[in-house]
Amino acid sequence: MNQRILASLGPANRVARNEETHPLTWRLRDDGQPVWLDEYRQKNGYAAARKALGEMAQADIVQTVKESGLKGRGGAGFPTGVKWGLMPADESLNIRYLLCNADEMEPNTWKDRLLMEQLPHLLIEGMLISARALKAYRGYIFLRGEYVDAARNLNRAIEEAKAAGLLGHNILGSGFDFELFVHTGAGRYICGEETALINSLEGRRANPRAKPPFPAAVGVWGKPTCVNNVETLCNVPAIVGHGVNWYKSLARPGSEDMGTKLMGFSGKVKTPGIWELPFGITARELFEDYAGGMRDGYRLKCWQPGGAGTGFLLPEHLEAQMYAGGIAKVGTRMGTGLALAVDHTINMVSLLRNMEEFFARESCGWCTPCRDGLPWSVKLLRALERGQGRPKDIETLLHLVDFLGPGRTFCAHAPGAVEPLGSAVKYFRDEFEAGVAPVPAASPTSQPAVIGQ
Amino acid sequence: MSTLIQTDRFALSETERSAIEHEMHHYEDPRAASIEALKIVQKARGWVPDGAADAIGAILGIPASDVEGVATFYSQIFRQPVGRHIIRVCDSMTCFIGGHESILDAIGQQLGIAPGQTTADGRFTLIPVCCLGNCDKAPALMIDDDTFGDVRADGVAALLEAYP
Repeated sequence: MNQRILASLGPANRVARNEETHPLTWRLRDDGQPVWLDEYRQKNGYAAARKALGEMAQADIVQTVKESGLKGRGGAGFPTGVKWGLMPADESLNIRYLLCNADEMEPNTWKDRLLMEQLPHLLIEGMLISARALKAYRGYIFLRGEYVDAARNLNRAIEEAKAAGLLGHNILGSGFDFELFVHTGAGRYICGEETALINSLEGRRANPRAKPPFPAAVGVWGKPTCVNNVETLCNVPAIVGHGVNWYKSLARPGSEDMGTKLMGFSGKVKTPGIWELPFGITARELFEDYAGGMRDGYRLKCWQPGGAGTGFLLPEHLEAQMYAGGIAKVGTRMGTGLALAVDHTINMVSLLRNMEEFFARESCGWCTPCRDGLPWSVKLLRALERGQGRPKDIETLLHLVDFLGPGRTFCAHAPGAVEPLGSAVKYFRDEFEAGVAPVPAASPTSQPAVIGQ
Repeated sequence: MSTLIQTDRFALSETERSAIEHEMHHYEDPRAASIEALKIVQKARGWVPDGAADAIGAILGIPASDVEGVATFYSQIFRQPVGRHIIRVCDSMTCFIGGHESILDAIGQQLGIAPGQTTADGRFTLIPVCCLGNCDKAPALMIDDDTFGDVRADGVAALLEAYP
């Protein structure tokens, strides 16, 4: 086997880890090579699946996940047990699907890549247990096309699992059948929206669908479907294996979210990377103790807690605790929990121009506010960046922040696009005002000629 | 005969056809294989010619216009010829902070192409791409299936050399 260095090899491989405190990452190898089946089993792998399939009723697994307080790790933070509970109770609806959202494309997010490249069996075990709980007979991992190493490693791990009787018919003698496929995408950020993902999996343009009906009732091919993020599913084996009480003991006091989270810091920090950390640590610990603070010569100007769709925060907000409610207290969302440091050399107008170019390009074009509003914001930001903005441009940008906000558009794409814009104008308005061209003194010829008086 | 209508000149190879038929069995509905079918054609030919929509639609039992609609929606399906190697430069805000615009400039100087363009010798096509998930090593880019991190403008020439 070739020993190529995976892009995801990083600090998560190097920090001290153990099974009790690092349920997601304790099995990682120091050399960053994938953990294949034999090693995964030596490290307690598939023990939780054995327990779930052999000793637990389906409803017990759902109840365990519900009680654990596990919330979705894709950015929105919806309680996983509640989502699972939405699947219909009607036993006659016996064709059900479990989809893994592995379309990781959120700018500044590289946590699912780490799990899939290095711990493919953890995801397979998580999907196996979850499928059992949801009575799904088939699963798809919807993986973005650019993650070629993840695709190769997942496919090899699926073959290993099939050969070992961990996927396929009568898994572990339980009578439960589950087959799993990797489906690779063809680009477009919007595929990460769960109903757009379903359309894409069906071979259609990835426009989001109206909700309701929710995927739990009418999902892929019209059947009950559950869509969960990679990291969410990777939490399931440890919860089932070690129990709810242990899982609830992981987070720091004050956190309303349970368990651990892959958190990160990037930008011009000393040691950018990902670490598995308990919910409730302060952003300052993440920034200073793990990422090492700013590189010499750079000062922290502001930061984003978790992806392009989250708002900017100031250095003083680093005291916030990293969990949904902790970040909400300072005015934005935790998102993916992979933070970005913006240093003093970066002009906010230019940064937002870059971000809105991305959001405008990736709009699926389905609803008017998003399709037309985002390119409008790009036009204004480009003018401000060149110093050719007009006096009312900042007001117009703020109108767009409002018109494209939550509840005004078909899906969460445009609200995510304007959240950083609104916060950037709020905290750094002077930089936007500096882009407004000075008003030329009125010359006589600029007045309309008045005729016939 | 008009040269505008190329559809009857396009034929899937036996390899392409059997790969598409194999993919269909992974899904409840043949339509779901449309994206994979386009990728199969693209892998064999570098891009997806017009006639492919009809040929794929015929296998999957869906209108060619639906295949075309899918082909034009997804950014990694190429509807015009591209170079032998595809350079994807990550343009996320993380790579913006890391200086990706200087990388685009360096590639532009080296190859004489802007994003969306192909070199005259057909060697490289340059496209922007959504966050490559290599943010601790920004700026990042991909050449074909290889991902590179901590790319420097003065290192671009050496990177490109490995792709003749």
